[in-house]
Amino acid sequence: MNKKKWLSTPYLIWMIAFTVIPLLLIGYYGFTTRDGSFTIQNITAIFSPAHSKALLKSLYLSLLCTVVCLLLAYPLALILKNKNVGQGGFVIMIFILPMWMNFLLRTYAWLNLLDDGGIIERIFSLVNIPYQSIIGTDAAIILGMVYNFLPFMILPLFNVLTKMDENVINAASDLGANSFQTFIKIILPLSLPGIVSGITMVFVPSLTTFVISDLLGARKIMLIGNIIEQEFSIADNRHLGSGLSLVLMIFILASMALINRYDKNGEGNAF
Amino acid sequence: MRKKYLVITAALSLSLTFAGCSDSNSEEANQGNVVKVYNWGDYIDEDVIAQFEEETGIDVIYDTFSTNEEMYAKIASDPSLYDVICPSDYMIQKMIENNLLSEINWDNVPNIENIDSLMMDRVSDFDPGNKYTVPYTYGTVGILYNTSMVDEEITSWDVLWDETYKNNIIMQDSVRDAFAVALKKLGYSLNSTNEHELEQAKDLLHEQYPLVKAYAIDEVRDKMINGAAALGVIYSGEYLYCSEENPDLAYVVPEEGSNLWIDGWVITSGSKNKENAEKWLDFLARPEIALKNFEYITYSTPNVAAQEMIDEEYLEDPAVFPDEEIINRCEIFQYLGQEMEDLYYEMWKLVK
Repeated sequence: MNKKKWLSTPYLIWMIAFTVIPLLLIGYYGFTTRDGSFTIQNITAIFSPAHSKALLKSLYLSLLCTVVCLLLAYPLALILKNKNVGQGGFVIMIFILPMWMNFLLRTYAWLNLLDDGGIIERIFSLVNIPYQSIIGTDAAIILGMVYNFLPFMILPLFNVLTKMDENVINAASDLGANSFQTFIKIILPLSLPGIVSGITMVFVPSLTTFVISDLLGARKIMLIGNIIEQEFSIADNRHLGSGLSLVLMIFILASMALINRYDKNGEGNAF
Repeated sequence: MRKKYLVITAALSLSLTFAGCSDSNSEEANQGNVVKVYNWGDYIDEDVIAQFEEETGIDVIYDTFSTNEEMYAKIASDPSLYDVICPSDYMIQKMIENNLLSEINWDNVPNIENIDSLMMDRVSDFDPGNKYTVPYTYGTVGILYNTSMVDEEITSWDVLWDETYKNNIIMQDSVRDAFAVALKKLGYSLNSTNEHELEQAKDLLHEQYPLVKAYAIDEVRDKMINGAAALGVIYSGEYLYCSEENPDLAYVVPEEGSNLWIDGWVITSGSKNKENAEKWLDFLARPEIALKNFEYITYSTPNVAAQEMIDEEYLEDPAVFPDEEIINRCEIFQYLGQEMEDLYYEMWKLVK
């Protein structure tokens, strides 16, 4: 075994260069002021009105997005479970197809669809329905998030449901469970790893996004991701930006911990 | 300053950064006769670059940025990345104070005499003694409005707080510009460092928030052309282009006063091709080159010799070339120091 150790060198270098060092840098900046002295103000800054408001808004929108994704994806995965492999795979591919295109371009496309003078408004005006653009509202951001992150919910659910042993379900009905009971007592608990995995994979990116809110929020809606991004790009304050990132990391680590608890075998992994 | 790429271009260019790096490195390898130029996006007639290369035999390595702050972060990390850059007034002041610029040897830039002497006076507000800056463009900040959607004559910033235009207002999404509007409406200086005044300005902007359709920088232009809103806060340099695309658009500098901004070319302290950089400055100050750039970017030029060749119609339009009366009620931004900058930004986050 030890002889092969050198094979891991590239990965070690990769991890050190692109994970460990950046994390240390964020840690360093997060706990220092502009002149380099130690402070915890960048962390406690999360309690200031502007920051906590943005964080709560992010939590609210990303939770809502996760619920919507779950409600959309679960029935779909259930339907696909009963199809044969070819059909199911085809439908999954249809859902993943948009992901072949750049995430930014897809979100930008939504802006063009929804904006004043956009395609949707023109279609509405053809049939004389008044159209009020939703750009700049929570609804637009939820739409953008659900559209972009839905595949991350479908894939783990589909994986876990198709791998489920049919015999377990058959046994349940042999023993007299109706389909509702089978679902509640058998299918749902067995698919829990997929659900948890899907929730994390939707929740984390939507909690941290700033592009979706930037493009579809008319810059009226500030999420915590926007606050952090602008600390770096506009305010030239990487110390505060790093401090707030560390706070956000707590939420991400919490969801990772959740995954580890429920998905020990990695069954729910999307890929 | 102020023609910038769309958000998407900026974000996509992030992914091209690596390609960009290797490019300029290979250029550096042959370390020939080069000048490294860092300018606002879409802020020069590209033919001018080709003409400069042809005439002088100097290769131009040309890159663009989209905000003063983005440019500053890059130059502050390594002043030798570029030779000549084109920041705005307050940013030039900040760069001088942080020793990031190099004094120009005016003997190598004889065309500086084409620049309006009054403009050089104003530049000395932020560049004392005129040591660093060749003024490139200037203008005001004002309200661009759609005359088919606005019946009254607009003279005041107050209209941006008028309930009748709810969801019909596009506000500048940059800290200093947004605060300038509110501070001027309150009758204060747009360089205020008085916390109490800033607090009032913040409250005023917060009060405006529900009326605002969108906060934007580059997109103000396109949204106004498309008729997406009745009123937009914009840089005067965009007006000419906008009114040609949509004749209903008019521009006004409110009577409470506004911001007069000046963008100028400066040489970085780390420049390795200073003489080439000075040739670049001299070339841009040539009347026919300044004219060409004016015709392309439509931002007012302080080049008097070029102005003589510009149509009367434009020269007499105060929206394109602000007259003395307008300029006198405007103020130039000053760099207020890091602490003040942080305070402004802290307040700005409370607006939305």
